[in-house]
Amino acid sequence: MDSIHDLGGKLGFGEVAPTNDPVGFLERWHGAVFAMTFSSGGTAFGSGDQFRHAIERIDPVGYLTHGYYGRWLGGLETLLLESETLTSTEIEEKVRQVDSDPAPAAARPSATPDRFTEKYRDLDARRPVDTVPRFQEGQVVVTRSTPSIGHTRLPAYARGKQGTIVALHGGWVLPDASAHGNVDRGDHLYTVAFDSGELWGEAGEPGTSTRLDLFESYLHLPAQGEAHG
Amino acid sequence: MGEVNHQALRAQALEELLVEKGLLDPGAVDNIVTLYNERVGPMRGAGLVARAWTEPEFKQALLEDADAAIADYEYEGGEIQKLVVVENTPDVHNVVVCTLCSCYPWAVLGLPPKWYKDPAYRSRVVREPRAVLKEFGTELADDVEVRVWDSSAEVRYLVLPERPQGTEDLDAGDLAELVTRDSMIGVTRLR
Repeated sequence: MDSIHDLGGKLGFGEVAPTNDPVGFLERWHGAVFAMTFSSGGTAFGSGDQFRHAIERIDPVGYLTHGYYGRWLGGLETLLLESETLTSTEIEEKVRQVDSDPAPAAARPSATPDRFTEKYRDLDARRPVDTVPRFQEGQVVVTRSTPSIGHTRLPAYARGKQGTIVALHGGWVLPDASAHGNVDRGDHLYTVAFDSGELWGEAGEPGTSTRLDLFESYLHLPAQGEAHG
Repeated sequence: MGEVNHQALRAQALEELLVEKGLLDPGAVDNIVTLYNERVGPMRGAGLVARAWTEPEFKQALLEDADAAIADYEYEGGEIQKLVVVENTPDVHNVVVCTLCSCYPWAVLGLPPKWYKDPAYRSRVVREPRAVLKEFGTELADDVEVRVWDSSAEVRYLVLPERPQGTEDLDAGDLAELVTRDSMIGVTRLR
């Protein structure tokens, strides 16, 4: 999906501002959003890709201004509503109630500490596939040149580009399918290396390259005479 | 500030509703906060790096199959369904990003710093990695190859930084103290 989340290569964001953040969550609500997201896996949504896609559907201005956990909050609320886990009426009522009595949630009893780990196993993304990998290490491949209307893990900056397979990773759930409900479809995953000149032309920095983890269905062999760079 | 309060209120509202409906364990939030604030963090990655510097066989195992090499640690914290460790050398410098979201190897580095999740880093490090590294104070010679790893699937990357000179006498415990989070993302070098 061509939206603002696909940030690779976009211009205009200025210098990086390195921060030396302390370990962990800076605010409790960040942890609350995090915990709610993982607790809702399996009820409000069926895969991490579906959650990522919900974040990608946030409007572009909100995506850039709400911050990382704000994006998670938006994606989570979207999925809680779409799965009919919660209604917007009860959320707005509860927000008003919390707003009028903003005391932090009372101390809570501790829960089983391995609950989170169990949820994680449910979201295991490995999907062994029976087919032989179509590509081998060292082979030159070209990425799909067209955009996707749904979720995909092929960034726009690497569309229609020629690269070299540098690693094979076996079968993994195809995000393009699992974000939209099919969590069973596996696909071979490869690491593909792209030279900066292929990605950015003369603007590319010499002696640099970018490696992406891409699914077999994103890749094809170069057509006869098709040579980039 | 108003925006942040609004988000916190909304998160609290969702939390209370999910607890009321029995969909969220009442202790889940505190458990998660405790887990990531106290038990999961870059000290784990630092321990692996220091061990790799001091045990050649472990280093080789880590670079060949990191999942197998660290299986015994049974790290909790998630996001390392497949871990790949890439080694910085005098000739090759590796740096990690996730341009599409903010994928990061939580179980070995903890939660990512703010700059890793911000648009400036995500947009620019694939396009002008040398310029971005300079903003972190990392000046690389022109003949040092830069490899950017854009974590676009479930593979997570950890950079094995070069061991600083003059540390030959230190043991793994002391060496781990020298290893920073940023050096394991690959935006800085250790000295």
